[in-house]
Amino acid sequence: MDQTVVLLSRLQFASTIFFHFIFVPLTLGLSIIIAWMETRYVLSGDDFWKRQTKFWGRLFLINFTLGVVTGITQEFQFGTNWARYSEYVGDIFGSLLAIEATVAFFLESTFIAVWFFGWNKIGRKLHCLCIWIVAIAGNTSAFWIIMANGFMQHPVGYQINEAQGRAVLSSFTDVVFNGFAWGQFAHTVLAAWALSGFFVLGISAWHLLRKSETDFFHRAFKMVAPYTLILSILVAFSGDQEGVAVAKYQPAKLAAMEAHWRTQDHAPFYLIVWPDPENRRNSVEMIGIPSLLSLLAYHAPSAEVKGLLDFPVNNWPPVTEVFWCFRAMALIGVYLLALSIWATWQRKRPEPSSALLKILVWNIPIPYICIMFGWTVAEMGRQPWIVYDLLRTSDAVSPLPSSNVAISLIAFTLLYTVLGILDIYLLRRSALKGPDPVKTQDPKEA
Amino acid sequence: MLETVWFVLWTLLWAVYFLLDGFDLGIGSLMPFLASDEEQKKVMYSASGPFWDGNEVWLIAAGGVTFAAFPKVYAVMFSALYAPLLILLFALILRAASYEFREHIEHASWRAVWDWTHFIVNILACVVLGVFFANLFRGIPFDANGVYFGNLLKLFNIYGIAGGIFFLLIFMMHGAIWLSIKSTGQLKDKAVAAAGVLWVGVACMLLIFLVLTAFYTNIYSNYIRMPWLIILPVLAVIGLLYIPRALNHGKSFLAWASSGLFIVSVTFFGVMGIYPNMLISSMDPAATITAFNGSSTTLTLEIMLVVCLVMVPIVLLYQFWMYRLFSKPVPPSELDEHLY
Repeated sequence: MDQTVVLLSRLQFASTIFFHFIFVPLTLGLSIIIAWMETRYVLSGDDFWKRQTKFWGRLFLINFTLGVVTGITQEFQFGTNWARYSEYVGDIFGSLLAIEATVAFFLESTFIAVWFFGWNKIGRKLHCLCIWIVAIAGNTSAFWIIMANGFMQHPVGYQINEAQGRAVLSSFTDVVFNGFAWGQFAHTVLAAWALSGFFVLGISAWHLLRKSETDFFHRAFKMVAPYTLILSILVAFSGDQEGVAVAKYQPAKLAAMEAHWRTQDHAPFYLIVWPDPENRRNSVEMIGIPSLLSLLAYHAPSAEVKGLLDFPVNNWPPVTEVFWCFRAMALIGVYLLALSIWATWQRKRPEPSSALLKILVWNIPIPYICIMFGWTVAEMGRQPWIVYDLLRTSDAVSPLPSSNVAISLIAFTLLYTVLGILDIYLLRRSALKGPDPVKTQDPKEA
Repeated sequence: MLETVWFVLWTLLWAVYFLLDGFDLGIGSLMPFLASDEEQKKVMYSASGPFWDGNEVWLIAAGGVTFAAFPKVYAVMFSALYAPLLILLFALILRAASYEFREHIEHASWRAVWDWTHFIVNILACVVLGVFFANLFRGIPFDANGVYFGNLLKLFNIYGIAGGIFFLLIFMMHGAIWLSIKSTGQLKDKAVAAAGVLWVGVACMLLIFLVLTAFYTNIYSNYIRMPWLIILPVLAVIGLLYIPRALNHGKSFLAWASSGLFIVSVTFFGVMGIYPNMLISSMDPAATITAFNGSSTTLTLEIMLVVCLVMVPIVLLYQFWMYRLFSKPVPPSELDEHLY
């Protein structure tokens, strides 16, 4: 295989999926928050909650559209750029994508339109049901996509058909009840929901600092702060579980995440580490906590943790990148947890501390960055495999001339940069404008 | 047998995609010809506003089902036709952006940029889909390893170009008819008139395309081998002939349904014509991928068949409900509520 095509295709997939994933987490989480607000409106009949629903709903839609269309890129790309991969695992992987489209994506795309355009066309309860369908369908989409990714991380339910030279399905239930993938799903959606909580807190904080629509945003703040806290705790918990699963099923990834070179029991965890893969060691290892790595990886202080030196070098993931992304994710995760505790503690004060509010505003992009680090650990840590222990990434690309991929990569970069900037600009503009004034609802802002 | 069922289902998904997204793409392609002021533009955007997103999912379903049921077809088709597929993709991304972004800022030049973008990418998507399918009927040069030996320009051969123009005219006609359902007054009159003119274009292009098909493809051999398939072109002609009749009687829905029948039948006519082939190699007949040598295992096909037979009718049902909900023209006073 042409290594230039491999490199360009990887770059293209990475950049397009990162871009796609700017929009996905907010879709998954904000839909639930909006559904919850509209439920309060339906139950109480209080127009206040209708205003809340409409305000956050407008932001939801700006975010949603680009999420949808950049998703098509991902579905096309397996065929356009990863043809060998598609042919090899299509029997299993393809069906998960097709199920995602037919079971979930249709629902989400149809009902978001009914919801957005149907305020005066259907009854209140039915209207509220529509946003719940959107929320559930979106998260169901995430489920199927992560089952597909889970197959790449920890392939199960397949056998190899030597004659056809491909993997074929042997048990659909094994593929769908892939424990590793369920762990990933939990960690991913919980993180997406938490991100949405921080998003609502951040925008509310901006308005509270300026004392615009104080009641409106304070009540949103009060509603979402404890929700964000609970989710931040659950993200940490699910992340711990995922660490254990990685240790069990992808030991080389775990070793790279921790820059752990020599196999040992009672493995310590070093707070300060500087990995040096060229010399196969860490140039700095300071403040070790005895047995903590064994405890984190296997929930047993005496457990043996396999080191990178016990894996063939050609099966190593890129150690430096995986290590730093993992550390960054974990560190930001702890910070976000602390921030959500602070926000929850201050939520009932008539005026939450302005330091807190300022941090929350600037914090809006941080959970996104954290999620990107997390996915980089998951995907880069899987290397050099596209399907773990089964198919190498370098054997999976399409037989394309590298010029094709270079041109498309440039085109994607330009298009996505422009659209991304415009979308974030519009999102910011709508968020800062605040909700429509009471009574004289100006439809122009819908 | 299972492979044949899947081949038909695969065709159906594409047909439904053309039937539904066809009118969105058509309305977008007609925008500068029919809308003479901002309000008419808004009516045209709102005519497809609630629908295009749900319609587009049929493309994603068709792509996903190609992947699931015919992985080899998916792999070779998408990598060989890399350039046209990415152009289609970019067009669809910009179409979505134009619906969304246009409304958010009330500034004439901002809106003009997105109006032009909307127009160009809709035309582009129609033409690329036509070129794409015409070349599928005709065959493309790739070898037994799935390596493609053509380029983008070679797809724009006479037959490919004819396919592109044919699709564009069909979708514009289909869009004009839908617009006549979703508009009133002067714009409705213009839409009906446009549909009439486009109808003549579609009928002429149909004849040209059918003649070219005899020269460039093997599609007719299936109709000689299985004469009962003639029902497909017959249905297409019935659909086409009924359109002007219904339009003249002011029955827009009937006209749209006839146009839909025409689109679905034409799709089936072409794709059933290459059965059991799915991706014809013009270089090496042995490399041609069929529904039988390109399919998934029986187990996967069975599971996916259950999923599709349960889900597709459900989707059609709720989308039908949604179409009914938004099938009336939007009164001018509510227009802004029906835009992004």
